[in-house]
Amino acid sequence: MSLNRRDFLGASAAAAVMMAAPRVNGQARPHVVVVGGGAGGATAARYIAKDSKGAIDVTLIEPTRTYYTCFFSNLYIGDFRTLDSLAHSYGTLASEYGINVVHDWATGVDRDAKEVALAGGGRVGYDALVLSPGIDFVEGSVPGWDITAQNKMPHSYKAGSQTELLKAQVLSMREGGVYCMVAPPNPYRCPPGPYERVSMVAHQFKQNNPTATILILDPKPKFSKQALFEEGWQKHYPGMIQRLGPDFGGGNVEVRPDSMEVVIDGSPEKVDVCNVIPAQKAGRICHEAGLTEGNWAPVVPATMQSRMDENVYILGDATSQGDMPKSGYSANSQAKAAAMAIRGALTDARTFPPRYSNTCWSLIAPEDGVKVGASYEPTEEKIAKTDGFISATGEDAAQRKATYEESLGWYSGITSDMFG
Amino acid sequence: MSVTTAAGEEIGDPEAGREAFKECAACHEIGAGAENGIGPHLNLIFGRQAGSLEDYVYSPSLKRMGANGLVWDLRTLDAYIENPQSLVSGTRMSYPGMGDPDRRADLLAYLRKFSADPANIPEAAPTALPTKPDLDPEILAIEGDPAYGAYLSSECTTCHRRDGSDEGIPSITHWPEEDFVAAMHAYKQKLRPHPVMQMIAGRLSDEEIAALAAYFANPEQ
Repeated sequence: MSLNRRDFLGASAAAAVMMAAPRVNGQARPHVVVVGGGAGGATAARYIAKDSKGAIDVTLIEPTRTYYTCFFSNLYIGDFRTLDSLAHSYGTLASEYGINVVHDWATGVDRDAKEVALAGGGRVGYDALVLSPGIDFVEGSVPGWDITAQNKMPHSYKAGSQTELLKAQVLSMREGGVYCMVAPPNPYRCPPGPYERVSMVAHQFKQNNPTATILILDPKPKFSKQALFEEGWQKHYPGMIQRLGPDFGGGNVEVRPDSMEVVIDGSPEKVDVCNVIPAQKAGRICHEAGLTEGNWAPVVPATMQSRMDENVYILGDATSQGDMPKSGYSANSQAKAAAMAIRGALTDARTFPPRYSNTCWSLIAPEDGVKVGASYEPTEEKIAKTDGFISATGEDAAQRKATYEESLGWYSGITSDMFG
Repeated sequence: MSVTTAAGEEIGDPEAGREAFKECAACHEIGAGAENGIGPHLNLIFGRQAGSLEDYVYSPSLKRMGANGLVWDLRTLDAYIENPQSLVSGTRMSYPGMGDPDRRADLLAYLRKFSADPANIPEAAPTALPTKPDLDPEILAIEGDPAYGAYLSSECTTCHRRDGSDEGIPSITHWPEEDFVAAMHAYKQKLRPHPVMQMIAGRLSDEEIAALAAYFANPEQ
């Protein structure tokens, strides 16, 4: 069939009306609900709203009104960032992108009815649901520690008041005291994060409490960027940091918050600050929705759809997807793949193969930044790593400074990519 | 509309590799409790500097290659297994080599299972091979399609600011298209040194670079 100009214009106008107006059967435009407003959820909400140009309604459910990025929160502990500089609001997503931002907790998902239940009592229906809830902690993973102990022994692995608390404890520690970190087992959010934190705490001690020491109790035999961190610690903080791996009891640890003790392989040790980072699992809503296997939510590599429900897409730290580390950059990258898949599923948008990548910067000391990164491709089984790079040991100061400055640019870039 | 098909290629079949490993097992152990024997154990072999296990006595040749920077990865292990003497003259690994590339790929896939997981140690070696850009002819025919560039640009804007701000990471907006294309190809050929950009550009096809250039020349449209 060939169309003349009038037919073509008429057909286009009709198509445009169908895209913009409620469907004739009374249903509204397709509706996407996003649970969790971090690197995965905020990015997905923004990209779906932005790229669908009004053809899809987006509701973002996020309990906090001010979001503090976990990435760069260690830099606040080291005095390289203010807490305010890590704070972001959802105002632009609401005002410029038309996203309905609901500050509430999602407490459950009725997958048959396609509805999300909120703690405030509301229910929100969806055509596609995005879950990006981040992590929760595995109960009992560090004997003696539970959520009631987090004021004495903070985890500081969700940014905000916990980060402020840990920094306050570090700054007020007695002269020559011991800061202890109980590091988490794999897999966990931000593989180099605990070791960047140790670097930032060491930097504080070097300025204000140079006889203080740091003890890392680690259940893992090796960790990300290990050679780079150990080289940096030797250079900037010689003699300050001791790490006990599993061969020396680092994997057999109990804590006693009331007496500020850690029990290493049965031997109690008194410490002054104890930063307990427990084992982790997908945010609670994934478990409530019945979308987990073990601790994590498995997803289809090319689209980030749940393996258990094609109408649900899961992003970021909560997922079990393959080779991508649990990082803000990964979540942002996955969110764009999911946003595209959702637009393809709900409208007639063009879709392209997903492009997954990750880069992760860590600061070891002032202007001494290092990075690791990789590109990934989906296979049937998983998101698989295909290429990568890492900073070299022995790099000169100018290169390390440039790497740090690059990380500042990345922070600015990714937060505008998330929040507009 | 379906979104895409799986893209990355598995290294090989690890189950077939388990069979192939029987040729190696007289000298090498792998897996839980593996110890050095006639040859060193092969746990965590990917990413390991050659000749670097402290409790194994290597040939001087292998030690020298390690000191010169030989690190075991997919490419170097493949070459070594194909013909040990061609990669390390004087190695004590008295093995004639495995000529069949598919069998080597299976063996490498099996060995890879006993090395660090990139999800936990991001710098760990790849677990799959990249596919060459292999898009629909319809997409390949699009020269400098700004709409495709707009999609592709989402990978750039994790770091680069769409508004053109230049803070730690350079601006890439409003470049003349030919300059953008030349720069991306220079990264792709590893002439420009930045590792992130080498990685990003390395998997972009000519058409994708053109689409990005067209988009970033005028991202407001």
